[in-house]
Amino acid sequence: MLSEKIQLAINKEVAKYPIGKQQSAVIAALALVQAESGYVDKSAMADIAKVLAISTMEVYEVASFYNMFDTKPRGKYKITMCTNLPCALSGANEAFAYLCEKLGLDNKGGTTKDNLWTIAQGECFGACGSAPVVLVNNNEMKIKMNKMAINELINTINANRGAQ
Amino acid sequence: MKLLSSSDGKVFGTEDANIESYIKRGGYEGLKKVLGKLVGNDKALTPDEVIAEVKTAAIRGRGGAGFPAGMKWGFIPKNHAGERYVVCNSDEGEPGTFKDRDILMFNPHAVIEGMLICAYAVGAKRAYNYIHGEIFEVYKSFEVALDEARQAGFLGKNILGSGFECEVFAAHGYGAYICGEESALLESLEGKKGQPRNKPPFPAIVGLYNEPTVINNTETLAQVSTILRNGADKFKQYGKENNYGLKIFSVSGCVEKPGNYEIPLGTPFAELLQMAGGVRGGKKLKAVIPGGSSSPVIPASQIMELTMDYDAIAKAGSMLGSGAVIVMDENVCMVKALQRLSYFYSHESCGQCTPCREGTGWLYNVVSRIENGKGIPADIDELINITKRIQGRTICALGDAASMPVTGMIKHFREEFEYHIEHKKCLVGN
Repeated sequence: MLSEKIQLAINKEVAKYPIGKQQSAVIAALALVQAESGYVDKSAMADIAKVLAISTMEVYEVASFYNMFDTKPRGKYKITMCTNLPCALSGANEAFAYLCEKLGLDNKGGTTKDNLWTIAQGECFGACGSAPVVLVNNNEMKIKMNKMAINELINTINANRGAQ
Repeated sequence: MKLLSSSDGKVFGTEDANIESYIKRGGYEGLKKVLGKLVGNDKALTPDEVIAEVKTAAIRGRGGAGFPAGMKWGFIPKNHAGERYVVCNSDEGEPGTFKDRDILMFNPHAVIEGMLICAYAVGAKRAYNYIHGEIFEVYKSFEVALDEARQAGFLGKNILGSGFECEVFAAHGYGAYICGEESALLESLEGKKGQPRNKPPFPAIVGLYNEPTVINNTETLAQVSTILRNGADKFKQYGKENNYGLKIFSVSGCVEKPGNYEIPLGTPFAELLQMAGGVRGGKKLKAVIPGGSSSPVIPASQIMELTMDYDAIAKAGSMLGSGAVIVMDENVCMVKALQRLSYFYSHESCGQCTPCREGTGWLYNVVSRIENGKGIPADIDELINITKRIQGRTICALGDAASMPVTGMIKHFREEFEYHIEHKKCLVGN
């Protein structure tokens, strides 16, 4: 079941489109659910399908097509680093290796055993002038991610986590 | 009129994004002029007059294709019974491009104003700005700008008492390069997988929800607001024949000061490089990808003699594209650079057309084996062969976009690929 907060937020998205075109809100709906739950599983897709009066398969098609959707559980904090050419020319590969090493992952990234961190490589975020760039949990961009900035990011998240 | 800095040279920041600042610097005067609501200028322009002004400015699309915007608007059928739509393409994902993000962060109302002017010109009552999913914070801040515009009476029914009605909405993607392609974007906006449509029919005839639709890039629409405010002639003071106006160049890679530089089309590349602080660490320039990752690479000796405009770069066998300039110094291995780009295209192919879906994977595999010291001499010609079997055989241009970097790299840096194959290591030694 979708929470009331999510339902209301989806309704707001649906209202942007002409009557009968509520399918247009599916990406936003999936993103809203993912922001709350960390990922979108099939039952969430079925719930969204019901709200938008489309088939679950139509929701699944979208969830599986767009890179930023996680259809399986992932770490509480997901850090995606762009390693495309402009970022790579400014040290993204070295920064990615450092990030993985720091969190005890091999150089391909992945999820830590305690399910706290997921580290992944991503494709161009459109902020190449501030390379290397990362996205935290898909919705927060951090720029110029050298070793020092990576340490700071991890420390900040850890500190906030401790405070919770 | 610059989009990213004021007339006295102050580079815009988030503090300049609000509607008061925008109005203070002449914002929404273009729209007021169109609607006949400018003090001392109460004669509204007809939609045809607006289109004529944009045609006179001869602004070429800033998203990549360089197609004249006014002509695109002119394709919208005049006597259409149903709805028409305006869509702003802010799905900025071409590697190296980061100008639309800055426009939306620091000057969002210029985009809203441009969208409204376009909507008036083509008779649309709804306009959507489709924003790259990765810049989610910008999507949020654009929604704030829309609220400001609504409060100030620039959106909704009877805008500024003129009888003109239009709503503008923000939508976002969620990580799919292909959605920068206009018909894929429309599919995505309809809530589907971003798989491009066959063209023709073009979006001007069959677009969003199968209705006539103008789809323009963010920078293009933002410039439209300055064109209507100041007139086409002022716009044409910059640039040169067939390449008019200011253009934002996103400079990334091996430079001291990566960033956006808004300069007249036709500015020598050497000047742009200087503005960006020159090659990082005082190293030698090796090559430049002049218009986003899809545009063929140009070696240093050649690019240093070129001007940055659509025609000059096309004449040199490449494309100005989105104006994304990726600078590579003498230490960059071209095989490794191409491997990364080929991976990108293979990853981002939507899977609809076999030549692209399979071919981009083969390009990546073959470049990878050369990079990994497992290449054979026949691989170089094989790469060229694969590009020939992709290009022109797909619904959209992603297949071409994947092929052009390969042919460009091999044309100009074949010896690096040969060295890799023969010596199982890199010519530049890193």
